[in-house]
Amino acid sequence: MNDLTSLTIVQAKEKLKRKEISSLELTKACLDRIKKLQDKLNVFVTITEEEALDSASKADRELEKGNDLPLLGIPMAIKDNFNTKGIRTTASSKVLDDYIPPYESTVTQRLKDAGMVMLGKTNMDAWAHGSSTETSDYGPTLNPWNTNHLPGGSSGGSAASTAADLSIGSIGSETAGSIRQPASWCGVVGLKPTYGRVSRYGVIAMGSSLDSPGPITKSVEDAALILETIAGHDPKDATSSNLPVPKYLSKMKDPGEKLKIGISKNYLEGVESQVVKVFEDTKKVLEKLGHTFVDLELFNPKYAIDVYTILQRSEVSSNLARYDGIRYGNDRSFFGEEAKRRIMLGTFTLSSGYYDAYYKKAQKVRTIIIKDFANAFEKVDFVLAPTSPTPALEVGASKGQAMFGELSDVLVEPSAIAGLTGINLPAGFSNNGLPIGMQLIGPQFSEQEIINIAYSFEKETEYLKGRKPNL
Amino acid sequence: MKPVIGLEVHVELKTKSKMFCGCSADYFGQKPNTHTCPVCLGLPGALPVPNKTAIEWCVMLGMALNCYIPLFSKFDRKNYFYPDLAKGYQISQYDEPFCLKGNIKLDSGKTIGITRVHMEEDTGKLIHEAVDGQEVTLIDFNRSGVPLIEIVTEPDFDNAKDVKDYLQKLQQIVRYLGISNADMEKGDMRLEPNISLRDKQQEISNKLPNYKVEVKNINSFRFVEKAIDYEIKRQTEILEKKETPVQETRGWNEAKQKTVSQRVKEEASDYRYFPEPDIPPLRWTEKQLDGFRKLIPELQNSKKERFIKEYGISEYDTEILTREKETADFYEEAVGIGKEHGANPKSIANYIINKKINTQEALPADLVKTIISTSAYVTIDNNKVKKAVEKVLRENPKALSDLKEGKSQTLQFLIGKTMAEIKEKVDTKIIIEEINKQTK
Repeated sequence: MNDLTSLTIVQAKEKLKRKEISSLELTKACLDRIKKLQDKLNVFVTITEEEALDSASKADRELEKGNDLPLLGIPMAIKDNFNTKGIRTTASSKVLDDYIPPYESTVTQRLKDAGMVMLGKTNMDAWAHGSSTETSDYGPTLNPWNTNHLPGGSSGGSAASTAADLSIGSIGSETAGSIRQPASWCGVVGLKPTYGRVSRYGVIAMGSSLDSPGPITKSVEDAALILETIAGHDPKDATSSNLPVPKYLSKMKDPGEKLKIGISKNYLEGVESQVVKVFEDTKKVLEKLGHTFVDLELFNPKYAIDVYTILQRSEVSSNLARYDGIRYGNDRSFFGEEAKRRIMLGTFTLSSGYYDAYYKKAQKVRTIIIKDFANAFEKVDFVLAPTSPTPALEVGASKGQAMFGELSDVLVEPSAIAGLTGINLPAGFSNNGLPIGMQLIGPQFSEQEIINIAYSFEKETEYLKGRKPNL
Repeated sequence: MKPVIGLEVHVELKTKSKMFCGCSADYFGQKPNTHTCPVCLGLPGALPVPNKTAIEWCVMLGMALNCYIPLFSKFDRKNYFYPDLAKGYQISQYDEPFCLKGNIKLDSGKTIGITRVHMEEDTGKLIHEAVDGQEVTLIDFNRSGVPLIEIVTEPDFDNAKDVKDYLQKLQQIVRYLGISNADMEKGDMRLEPNISLRDKQQEISNKLPNYKVEVKNINSFRFVEKAIDYEIKRQTEILEKKETPVQETRGWNEAKQKTVSQRVKEEASDYRYFPEPDIPPLRWTEKQLDGFRKLIPELQNSKKERFIKEYGISEYDTEILTREKETADFYEEAVGIGKEHGANPKSIANYIINKKINTQEALPADLVKTIISTSAYVTIDNNKVKKAVEKVLRENPKALSDLKEGKSQTLQFLIGKTMAEIKEKVDTKIIIEEINKQTK
């Protein structure tokens, strides 16, 4: 195990502050590990070695001056759908194969302002269309725990990077599951913020009414630190919230009160038995912490698939219209199968004569789902459910499965549609040593409360941390 | 056969910045692609943030056009492909525009219904030219994202003259509000009449014809008039042969003095409208709307009525003085100053109109001074003039009948007689007006 690269952000910060290590050392250690494992795992689409070394040196000079920016000198990996000024940004699609953005996304700007060292851009499902990274035009990323398996997606590269200690932390984005599901399959923490909590400006749009950027980290502490760095109102995103951003990390504490956690049987339908077993284990841990469980009858998550598919495809068909072959170099023939399928379906559902039957109806059901959760949160503080029905599936599992992503994201789609926040927590392992994650779902803007309970759960399950992928 | 004409007008606003980004909207004559940013270039990941001023101006225009302003409104995406459309969709408004159901009253007394007034963004501009000997099409995105208001009328017109009157009134309202220069030559106002003809039967049952010809992107009131007249003639000829004109989009060709077919519309285009997810819906409070209402200046119609009542000047003079808000403001300022120095509103109006005073350069105080020093005219009671003219006309029946036959030299004779009657140096204009009035 690599001592430096396995550090969490909070640990690395401490060492940097005490001058036990330099950012350059840490960055070089990450880059070495990336070079060693890139061929094996295919985590990065673009590695920005030069820029990384440059910003690490700069960070060291700032550290020398006693500067203590929140992420000063911390090497991180960024999903390739965040625009990075002057650095190739492809969203893992050949359509943008040589696209170099002239501007920076708000999230990466805030990270850079906080002193982050960017190691590179991580692989993803092309345009974020999928839950496997198998739809990437740059080949699939493989799961660090077992390279015969998938890392999940669409933020599969970012999840694998954090899990394999290629970076100290990483950034993903979730439309419905794209942070939580790969975090679950890769055994790391993935926090999906409330829609509007983190700016979408500069994130290549997938489902505009759903997209939520967020952290994928080795610990709950790290997730809290990144979230407080990237969250907050952005004048460039009209859908970003004006609510003040709490100092999640310094305010983080064990929940003093005993909480009520809801569980809904239909979130266990079709879920693999070893995942159900970890779910039961997780309940026991939370019970031990003094929390109680309440049975709920939530709207069956399978209906969320229909709603999500219609709304997201509709938005996709419009969002991808700009890649018309006039700009960006490569024309529409460079779209992969999945993108073409989504464009066609979205074009159909928005067509006159079908709009009412599909798009409008889906919006109505979306409102029902929002209300359903609102009712639930009058009775309970959080909902606990498995993040994914299965541990990481094998490479090739998504091939020929047009609805693969939707089926593997069935348990995260309802909360995404409702714009809620949720977190994946590593909670156990399958018989063959693959990680299994559980999710806590909370009301909108309950990030602090979610972080608090997640933190106490993490402390109680310290034994899980001993296991690392064998690479 | 009677024409059925409706109108779509696009007005480009003169806001400082564009509709959804901070780029300067003042692009006219600028170097191509210098007023651009990720948002108006539609780059991946860029997001629109609506321009508050543009939206307020749209609502104010709606109010000035007597529209109903719904408390809830939203933006929608209009999806279509065209090289000048950076995002592959235009942000516009579909089923819930800012303003609905207004009207404009024409000089002819007819009222034209306004269906809706909505907000959208302009597109880029295609430039076809030769580069290194090769014919190419270039795209200038300076205009991309400039705020546009679209004003749609009911098919209430039946002749080109009314259309022109409507356009002039609309232009004037827009200028009075100060929301656009409405400069035709710069493309600030783009006009699209749709024209068809219906027979007596359809007219009685208030049915619209089963076809519609749209003439796109005309940038002159005169051309609209010509295009409509041409279309009426063209369609009449087709209908007289018992055929139906093709449903299509045509353009006005000024050189050939005719409309030419551009695109045949088999069916309504499918723009796949859906609510713009990047912009939250807008909700007004009554208080906000009242605030906008207070910002609307007095418009020409009420100004005219007031001028006639307050200053006792003729309808003809008020029409000229209120054509532009700047002139009207200048006039009123001069009247205020004139009051203290003994120059009456009537003589100030005459002076501005007769001497064609450039109200942008002149100062009202100087103007009043000039009037007082040069005017030897005596201001007298209108009644005195009236009586004098009555007497002169009564005593000179021959001159009166000559005048009515159009022999204009007799006018001079009558003026002289009246002057002699009054025995004071009076402005001849007042006498002429009185003679005209009495001989109408």
